[in-house]
Amino acid sequence: MTPEFVSLSNNWPLYLTTMIVKILVVFVVVILIVAYATWLERKVIGHMQTRLGPMETGWHGLLQPIADGLKLFFKEDIIPEKAAKFTFLLAPMMLLVPAFITFAVVPFGPDKVIGGYLVPMQITDLNVGVLYVLAMAGLGAYGIVLAGWSSNSKYSLMGGIRSTAQMISYELAAGLSIVAVFMLAETLSLRQIVALQMEPLWGTISFLPNWYVFSQPLAFGLFILTSLAEINRTPFDLPEAESELVSGFCTEYSSMKYALFFMAEYANMVVIAAIAATLFLGGWSGPFFGPINLLLKILAFMFFAIWLRATMPRVRYDQLMTMGWKVLIPLALANVIVTGVVVLLMQ
Amino acid sequence: MFKEFAKGLSITFKHLLPGHSTTVQYPHVKLTPSDRFRGLHRLVPTQDREKCVACYLCPTVCPAKCITVESAENEKGEKYPRVYQIDLLRCIFCGYCVEACPVEAIEMTGEYELANYRRSDFDFTKQRLLR
Repeated sequence: MTPEFVSLSNNWPLYLTTMIVKILVVFVVVILIVAYATWLERKVIGHMQTRLGPMETGWHGLLQPIADGLKLFFKEDIIPEKAAKFTFLLAPMMLLVPAFITFAVVPFGPDKVIGGYLVPMQITDLNVGVLYVLAMAGLGAYGIVLAGWSSNSKYSLMGGIRSTAQMISYELAAGLSIVAVFMLAETLSLRQIVALQMEPLWGTISFLPNWYVFSQPLAFGLFILTSLAEINRTPFDLPEAESELVSGFCTEYSSMKYALFFMAEYANMVVIAAIAATLFLGGWSGPFFGPINLLLKILAFMFFAIWLRATMPRVRYDQLMTMGWKVLIPLALANVIVTGVVVLLMQ
Repeated sequence: MFKEFAKGLSITFKHLLPGHSTTVQYPHVKLTPSDRFRGLHRLVPTQDREKCVACYLCPTVCPAKCITVESAENEKGEKYPRVYQIDLLRCIFCGYCVEACPVEAIEMTGEYELANYRRSDFDFTKQRLLR
């Protein structure tokens, strides 16, 4: 007899403890990745620009994230006099919280049997998992536009408006590129999407996993590109284009509130990496122990994003909009149509 | 388009490989400046006195007017600088004083770590310059 999934009705103490442990572990791991992503970014970009990056705090600057955190924590917290105080306080949280709670649906390992019950290695398996991810990505835009508006500064407002326009246009293309994946998978649950990707490629080639990056290379490329734009990473970091907008929407922020924006940027990167890995690269499946595979895929994506940042100049605003509406969305739509026709013909 | 992207990415990746950094870890590693480096001044000594004959050519040529010289005569009837002081906060390290000197009594060393805590510490007197 296969053991059944643990739930509130069949064994509530086990359910609650495993749930709390899972949430704590995921939260701590994400925070650690976020902290050390800043270190990694500074090191990698430094070396790519033939510098060394942080070297003085600890071995090769390994304690730098802690030093930065402490410094920001003890900085003076300034709220501009003319700012809308409530929204000014709310905005950084509005940006960071959606980034963190997206992890609730990311599966990070095979199910474990504990005390006769199956415990899924995923905080919660929503049957609309992909929609939840898209919804949370959409919520992030509110944080940025509120930050820009409530600061009551022209640079912040410009940054906020640009960012919202950018996020809304690129969310369409990102969403459409994901559509192709769940047309193949015929499910929205991330858990089942990962399970489907562990089968042999197209049911025939046994030495390759059925990762959707092989069936949907265009969708993968589009997703990477559009999601980088959606989280405002270079080469699409127009909202914080320092040469024109000082620091964009976070110009007026200081101390820990600024740190929250900073964390949100990296947390968003981790989220996008985890989603890209889960939808296209087989999630936690792979040669090593489940979570390690996922971590490796996340790190590879982060490295790629940092690498891009060190290489590409920022695109112009009109180029960004042209690319989003005239290139990426038509491509994503065409991809959906072609996938649909192929899926129909295969049946 | 993709070829150009790949080219750019490969260039940055090449620089990431070890051995491409040109950074010198300054306080731990120090470069030796070249012989022509214009650092802190030095008054050249001879056996019993400084070479300087207090001819006033260096304070005359100095564009920053940072050199103070007061001449005097010693017991052998030779001219010597009773006071020779360089205000390093005014000095622009142009090296004109070295060029102007007819007896090569002043030269510039490779010393460049000149930070200090008090303004008075930047007045380099004859004793401090004779090294």
